[in-house]
Amino acid sequence: MEALDLARWQFGITTVYHFILVPLTIGLSPLVAIMHTAWVRTGNERWHRLTKFFGKVLLINFALGVATGIVQEFQFGMNWSEYSRFVGDIFGAPLAIEALAAFFLESTFLGLWIFGEGKLPKWLHSACIWAVAVGTTLSAYWILAANSWMQHPVGAVFNPETGRAELDGVGGFLEVITNNTLVAAFTHTLTASWLVAGTFVAGICGWWIVRSVRAEREHEARQVWRTGAYVGLVTMLVAGVGVGITGDFQGKLMYEQQPMKMSAAEGHVEGGEAVPFSLLAIGDLSGDPENVRHLIKIPGVTSFLGTGSFTGEDSYLPGVNDLQEEYTLRYADQFGTDVDYIPNLAVTYWSFRLMIGLAAFSAALAVAGLWLLRRGRVTDATWFSRLCLVALPMPFLASSFGWIFTEMGRQPWVVHPNPANPVDQVYMLTQDGVSTVVPAGTVLTSMVVFTLLYAALGVVWFLLIKRYVREGVEPLAEDRTDEPDEVTGSEALEPTLSFAY
Amino acid sequence: MDLPLLWFLLIAVLWTGYLVLEGFDFGVGMLLKPFARDEKERRVLLRSIGPVWDGNEVWLLTAGGATFAAFPEWYATMFSGMYLPLLLILLALIVRVCAIEWRAKIDDPVWRNRWDWAHTIGAWLPAVLWGVAFANLVQGMEIEVIDGNHQLVGGFFSLLTPFTLLGGVMTAVVFLTHGAVFLALKTDGEVRERAGALAQRLSVVSVVVAGAWAVWAQLAFSAHVWTWAPLAVAASALVGVVVTTRARREGWAFTLNALAIVAAVVLIFGTMFPNVMPSSIDPAFSLSIDAAASSQATMQVMSVVALVLVPVVLAYQGWTYWVFRKRISTHEIGGHAGLSPQPAGSEGHGEPRGTLIR
Ligand code: HDD
Ligand code: HEM
Ligand code: HEM
Repeated sequence: MEALDLARWQFGITTVYHFILVPLTIGLSPLVAIMHTAWVRTGNERWHRLTKFFGKVLLINFALGVATGIVQEFQFGMNWSEYSRFVGDIFGAPLAIEALAAFFLESTFLGLWIFGEGKLPKWLHSACIWAVAVGTTLSAYWILAANSWMQHPVGAVFNPETGRAELDGVGGFLEVITNNTLVAAFTHTLTASWLVAGTFVAGICGWWIVRSVRAEREHEARQVWRTGAYVGLVTMLVAGVGVGITGDFQGKLMYEQQPMKMSAAEGHVEGGEAVPFSLLAIGDLSGDPENVRHLIKIPGVTSFLGTGSFTGEDSYLPGVNDLQEEYTLRYADQFGTDVDYIPNLAVTYWSFRLMIGLAAFSAALAVAGLWLLRRGRVTDATWFSRLCLVALPMPFLASSFGWIFTEMGRQPWVVHPNPANPVDQVYMLTQDGVSTVVPAGTVLTSMVVFTLLYAALGVVWFLLIKRYVREGVEPLAEDRTDEPDEVTGSEALEPTLSFAY
Repeated sequence: MDLPLLWFLLIAVLWTGYLVLEGFDFGVGMLLKPFARDEKERRVLLRSIGPVWDGNEVWLLTAGGATFAAFPEWYATMFSGMYLPLLLILLALIVRVCAIEWRAKIDDPVWRNRWDWAHTIGAWLPAVLWGVAFANLVQGMEIEVIDGNHQLVGGFFSLLTPFTLLGGVMTAVVFLTHGAVFLALKTDGEVRERAGALAQRLSVVSVVVAGAWAVWAQLAFSAHVWTWAPLAVAASALVGVVVTTRARREGWAFTLNALAIVAAVVLIFGTMFPNVMPSSIDPAFSLSIDAAASSQATMQVMSVVALVLVPVVLAYQGWTYWVFRKRISTHEIGGHAGLSPQPAGSEGHGEPRGTLIR
């Protein structure tokens, strides 16, 4: 393999890994903040138990999110130095602002939250976790500003003297941070993260409801876990609707901005009107586009996703072959005529479907949960507890597939040309972005080391979270079986979060 | 003011923030295995840096991001050219983060011991390698201009010379001293005593090693006479650390050691000036501040952003140090932290869960 392929694999592996942890942090930190605030305001023990329980899980997850994020900050320079030279003038700014505006906020206030108990007034202590939640959301905004610019470059001009893309005046910066691609990606990623966290909270609380009812601790199930499950279920409902609306918006933009990605996602080979949405395709999707055969399709839906019309002239979508011809012609002078502008069809087709399809598990959990837990009820149904466990990882996977789709569907471009002015030279092929001084052996070494280390840390992360989830919560005061005189000292009387190490 | 120059100074400020702050938590981490005698002492060490280490690390991320934004050519050339040392630093930082945050999660001596080793090594490695990297920036590297772009072509071994290796020893010793002084300042009881005594001895080594490296740097690689000034400041500050650790004036010792690090960064960036990456092949290949800089517009935007945000960050980070100003001693360390390695009951149905009440 060449340095290029290896660098791509390394970037893909480390980024997808980072983004398994990221949505849980983004989604769970505001939920823990809500729980903590509810505890401070009501003084109710159940909120204490929930804050402590999910707070610990959040901290375990946060650590690995930070650790894997550090790599991301430097990888552009290490493996993609030519890309960095070309885009740094624009791309670097949101990255630097992310660190200044978001990372400082989340890391400093997380320290205050972990160790500040007893040192800060209660309201201020709970405000610290809100600051963390704001920080994680801001960080998503700024990094997506960078990413959206490479999906759809705006506010930039090509400077032939320096040979790089440069900010089009200070106003160019405003365009970068109000890019419509960014608005769509930020809202979609944020709601997807809420869906991840909502499913996580509802899944774990649902599993614990069944478990504690079966262990004859119905009071705990009702007081603690049912409350938690509702927090999760409501979040899932809001997030689910949000993901759908923002995803639809993204589909429309994608059709304007990256028609090749849309057509590839549909395995849509030749252009046409009233394009159906394919549910199942066979044939060699990765090879010759001519081989694609759609088995099950819903008429007109792809046209609708892309254009807003089911049928008629307005519903025309170009196929990948039309686009390949168009691009070859347009860029022949610069790149020659044998560049393959069609992304990997199998990956784009299936990752798009898996992203949407896996959300069905969350939907099932939401429906079952809302029904079984209606009006103060709890349940001991084992099928529900299994559904909780099965649904739990699904939105994580959906998010990963969403990114794999977005990033792989953009290939062979690392900076996709803006269709409004496709030949103004603010675009770059992935193959031209890779570092030229780094030998393949070096990239291979780092890729192998990262993969092994990440795998080992991933196992520890999983086991730690599992262990903390299975531990459950301290018994509520009225459920305590131990003698009152064993409970001594103010610590036992005044519940604490004790996150400090 | 000339914006590229302003950003050259700002990047120096960000690195200063990083080295002064993360310098002491590297130092404490380096001491974790060799210095702390028992579990309570180890927890005192960890607590001393617990609330602040992550915020300290963000100074690095900001320095990296700001270099990308303000000097893309520098970011690209440096990180692709110094690939392997940077890789080692990243691996160490990853492991260190997990070691700090996860060690207390399971109440098991074997588990904790492994993470403590990971933490200690994860602190030593970057402490040495940052010195090697900065010494390279002072000494100059095998940089060529290929197709109009600056490229560091030398590979890994070209980065290791006696001068850069001594640079690594220097940062390790200075951070170690910084960590010991910090512990003496932040703890009470026996840890404070022993850390103070250790700092006293380390400070002497640090004067000798850092002094030797700095004079070498000045004589061999600096084109400016004025860089003798920061050198003199750094040297006197380090001598001051020797004196103040003897007198057990911990606050002064910490301030002076921090001052020495500030002066050392001024020396390093002063020696590089007006380049950001001097070439050892031919000065014509050196990457200069102006050649590396972003466009005027990007610099303007970033200047406004930095001017607004840096004071805010300084304010809340300063406040954090104030909140955690109290000394920590082994007396405050409670019983066990974390869960037992195995769940209380195999399935947990109805078993008493007494372990949870801490
Ligand atoms: C949509 C959100 C999102 C995306 C696309 C990315 N990240 Fe991230 N990142 C976060 C959201 C986030 C976060 C939620 O803010 C994290 C996760 C866990 C955490 O502690 O903060 C984080 C942590 C994190 C850190 C550690 C921060 C610290 O020490 O506090 C760095 C340096 C990066 N990221 C850098 C990157 C880069 C360079 C990315 C691009 C390839 C990237 N992240 C993708
Ligand atoms: C966190 C969510 C993200 C995921 C899961 C993700 C995933 C991927 C994947 C799978 C690739 C490989 C594509 C291929 O090789 O065919 C890739 C490429 C790339 N991504 Fe992302 N990405 C994410 C976010 C970002 C962001 C936020 C940026 C920029 C700030 C970014 C920049 C890049 C770059 C520069 C490449 C080029 C390397 C390449 O094409 O292989 N990615 N990403
Ligand atoms: C109604 C269902 C959905 C639709 C119509 C939809 C649509 C889209 C589209 C069109 C993109 C690609 C954007 C681009 O490449 O420019 C995308 C990306 C993505 N999707 Fe979805 N999506 C849906 C559900 C989900 C779900 C359930 C999740 C995860 C829980 C999810 C997570 C993501 C992520 C993380 C990305 C990549 C980041 C981004 O570009 O925003 N999506 N989605």
